[in-house]
Amino acid sequence: MDALLHQLLSGLATGGIYASLSLALVMIYQATHHVNFAQGEMATFSTYIALTLIEAGVPYWLAFVATVVVSFVLGLLIQRVIMRPMEQAPALASVGVFVGLLLVFNSVTGWIWSYTIKSFPSPFEGGRPLLGGFISPHELGSTGVTLLVLGAVYLFFRHTRLGLAMRAAAFNPVSSRLVGIRVGWMLALGWGLAAAIGAVAGMMVAPVVFLDPNMMLGVLIYAFAGALLGGITNPAGAVLGGFAVGVIENIGGAYLVGTELKLTLALLIIVAVLVVRPAGLLGRAVASRV
Amino acid sequence: MSVSSSLAATSARARPGWRAVLLALGAAAAVLPAFLLSDYRLFQLTTVGIYAIALLGLNVVTGYNGQISLGHGAFYALGAYVGAILMADYDVPYWATLPAAALVCAGVGYAVGLPALRLGGLYLALTTFALAVAVPQILKYRGLEGWTGGVQGIVISKPDPPAGLKLSPDQWLYLFTLGVAALAFLLVWNLLRGRIGRAILAIRDHPVAAEAMGVPLARFKTRIFAVSAMLTGVAGALGAIAVEFVAPDSFSFQLSITLFVGLIVGGVASLGGAVCGAAFIVFVPNIADQVSKAAPGAVYGVILIAFLYLMPDGIAGLAARLARRAGFD
Amino acid sequence: MQRRSVLLGGAALAALGASRRASAQQAPGVTATEIKIGNTIAYSGPASAYGAIGHAETAFFKMINGQGGIAGRKINYITLDDGYSPPRTVEQTRRLVEQEEVAFIFNGLGTPTQSAVQRYMNQKKVPQLFVATGADKWGNYKEFPWTMGWQPSYRTEAQIYTKYILDQKPDAKVGMLYQNDDFGKDYVAGVKDVLGGKFDTTIVKSVSYEVTDPTVDSQVVTLQSAGADVLITAATPKFAAQTIRKVADIGWKPMHIMTNVSVSVGAVLQPAGPEKAIGLISADYRKDPTDPTWKDDAGMNQWRAFMKQNMPDADLTDNDFLFGYGVSLTLMQVLKQCGEDFSRENIMKQAASLHDFEVPILLPGIKLNTSATNYHPIRQMQLMKWSGKSWQLFGKLIEGVQS
Repeated sequence: MDALLHQLLSGLATGGIYASLSLALVMIYQATHHVNFAQGEMATFSTYIALTLIEAGVPYWLAFVATVVVSFVLGLLIQRVIMRPMEQAPALASVGVFVGLLLVFNSVTGWIWSYTIKSFPSPFEGGRPLLGGFISPHELGSTGVTLLVLGAVYLFFRHTRLGLAMRAAAFNPVSSRLVGIRVGWMLALGWGLAAAIGAVAGMMVAPVVFLDPNMMLGVLIYAFAGALLGGITNPAGAVLGGFAVGVIENIGGAYLVGTELKLTLALLIIVAVLVVRPAGLLGRAVASRV
Repeated sequence: MSVSSSLAATSARARPGWRAVLLALGAAAAVLPAFLLSDYRLFQLTTVGIYAIALLGLNVVTGYNGQISLGHGAFYALGAYVGAILMADYDVPYWATLPAAALVCAGVGYAVGLPALRLGGLYLALTTFALAVAVPQILKYRGLEGWTGGVQGIVISKPDPPAGLKLSPDQWLYLFTLGVAALAFLLVWNLLRGRIGRAILAIRDHPVAAEAMGVPLARFKTRIFAVSAMLTGVAGALGAIAVEFVAPDSFSFQLSITLFVGLIVGGVASLGGAVCGAAFIVFVPNIADQVSKAAPGAVYGVILIAFLYLMPDGIAGLAARLARRAGFD
Repeated sequence: MQRRSVLLGGAALAALGASRRASAQQAPGVTATEIKIGNTIAYSGPASAYGAIGHAETAFFKMINGQGGIAGRKINYITLDDGYSPPRTVEQTRRLVEQEEVAFIFNGLGTPTQSAVQRYMNQKKVPQLFVATGADKWGNYKEFPWTMGWQPSYRTEAQIYTKYILDQKPDAKVGMLYQNDDFGKDYVAGVKDVLGGKFDTTIVKSVSYEVTDPTVDSQVVTLQSAGADVLITAATPKFAAQTIRKVADIGWKPMHIMTNVSVSVGAVLQPAGPEKAIGLISADYRKDPTDPTWKDDAGMNQWRAFMKQNMPDADLTDNDFLFGYGVSLTLMQVLKQCGEDFSRENIMKQAASLHDFEVPILLPGIKLNTSATNYHPIRQMQLMKWSGKSWQLFGKLIEGVQS
């Protein structure tokens, strides 16, 4: 029983990692109806910026805020400069650009900061490992941060005019323009926010997995799976999905199929769920009138 | 007959003419290298041909039918392993592995197409991507090691040319690949014209209307998936023969991403695009490597983005636009 | 009179022409002024960290050329990216052999990638020299006489560890954590070699992880709950650091043995927390650049000077630079032994004729030896224990068993 509890906690801790990146994916999807494959690499890049600041002597929280701001601006710039010319292009071409961005960010990060793993400080460290060491103060703290960000995103989209405008711009750019929404800037804002959330995710993930240029590669796959499992139209769903994927993966690997097939199992389960509920557990299926 | 209609009649008679000439020239241009180029260059061109067949498969399901697949590397891997196992363990001649791979992949493709019916767009993309990510792990699985050779993989040999022909194995394989590619393209071209082709495109552009017009959506979509998987699987089997080696590391999720890139750069919904896309994914990484050893991935990414800026419809799309402007409609 | 001079002139011209032709190509890839060497390595994709080896070697040969080259010839080192993908390795290797016509392939990286070209290289009789992986198969001189590895094989290393465990704890309950690829599985094979029939009773749990997994925490928990009191970890640096930290955090104190791949102080122990790794056991054949023991060591300082001179911005905690330097020094010895004959046969013959060759960046006492029936240049390792501040070597140099 003990072992099961430990695996569960481990799964929740891992799931927290996935959930934080899932939020960034939800943000970008809500704002642009595209999923940016390069989100993970951008998050890694942001985390390295934070590390550079911290190593230069900047106190943690100041570096944190600075990185979030810089990432926001970076995301904004990328949308305005790189994605804007693709607005008229077919959707698949945009996906190609995301792939290109992924390659560029990944390669440049490795080039600038080398591939040796680096430890990244956590603001929640210092206490003894809690719960028998099966969940660290950092993992608890970062889960808290993830939930905070989730709350903020939820409030933003549901209860602010700006959030509503953003969702409208993604759903129906033409009509939105007619009511006076500046669609271009909504998209840019969406990218900026997604990059900022990604930066937070990176800084929460790095202390757990160690920082290296390929840090987010594996996480992205699971974060994706989690976001879709929970429903990419719903931030709460994405977070729930992230945690679910973490637990399924851990429990499945420990008790069901062994670690050699746990990835396959996790993905099979997700596919099964999607077949039954195509919009995800908490997502809303979008019906369009013909 | 009025002037315009007689003109139309003349040009209608003339149009198939220049198309045939173009095709003949193309065929000659394709066969000639076998006798002019070095074995290494032929190997590269063979690889282009193989990826062209794979991209053809991907194009059928994603380009023409609108079902996004980010997991076609899985079918490529399946075809490759089927071919390799048959050749290594059962002494099946190389040419017989292709139909075998086609059959197996068609079956699996159909099986994948069934749940895919429920998913659309993003969800299908992720699901197929999940398949691609899981493939190396499945291939390394201890339980299947007897078949797959586990992480060590399987070594096979290129075939010798049939008796009497004074060709090197590389030359023969190139011509063989050319033949298979021509067959594949013919098959797809035939499939896409006429009613079936229109139905396929209709499903992509307006599924509800298509269904309302009587197109049996489910039957078409699953069969298209099967055909597409079959083509990519045959490409995989050919690929295994060309490289003479299969291992789980040859079929990571990057292969699926590479195929997808080839699809977009070459041009969605275009047969010629498959060849252009294949050339891109074979030659551009080497160019990127020449430009920078420190960050070749970044150079490749930049080239990719630049291509997509200049040709959002892919190379074939650009060619079509230019052709239209020049009057070749 | 005239005819004779014409004949003499003609003969002289012919002789001149012949010698010019001779100096053009003395052996594949070799002229009077140049030796062409080929290499394939991952410069792109998830394995691109290994590209550092290629960079180190490029810098090394540039330095050699600056010092005059070897036997009056400059070394033209052509390294190509294969993205750790076997089909691309085949393409690039064929390009090097058939188009660039290199003399041999040096230090190709990766087991699946080099496996893909092993038969080709042997068919074409081109040396596949000092393959950059610890897979055991590169010492198969009977079937693949043109292929040779360099570093001690992972399998041998695992055998050494298993023997040590049985020595110290005869009824040990061993857990294994390994990367699910050829590297990790080689360790399992090595352990099996020594345990034989007792494998299933001694190994209480053996779990793997994928390179795409974000953490191995779950695996560590599984191993602890299985009741293991010895842990063998065959993991690359990132996962090794995670393992060390998790083991410490959950209060588990097994005899922890770590693969030699992940012993770097700067790349693994510092991030994990040096205090958390106290008591960690491993084996090595190289000196660790970040270990204070070798701060003033002459051989290491030679390497440090090389890095400062040729790659001043490089991260010295990256073991790959050291590795590239060490293999390159070995190659220089082989080329020196070749004298003036750089034919492929002679290169291979000299590679198989190393006698007690010492490389300054390897542990004192380690000697490279090869022969026609021994294609494992380095077979010695020494066990070491982490004290919290540095690696303490103990015992004697151990020679691996013939596998």
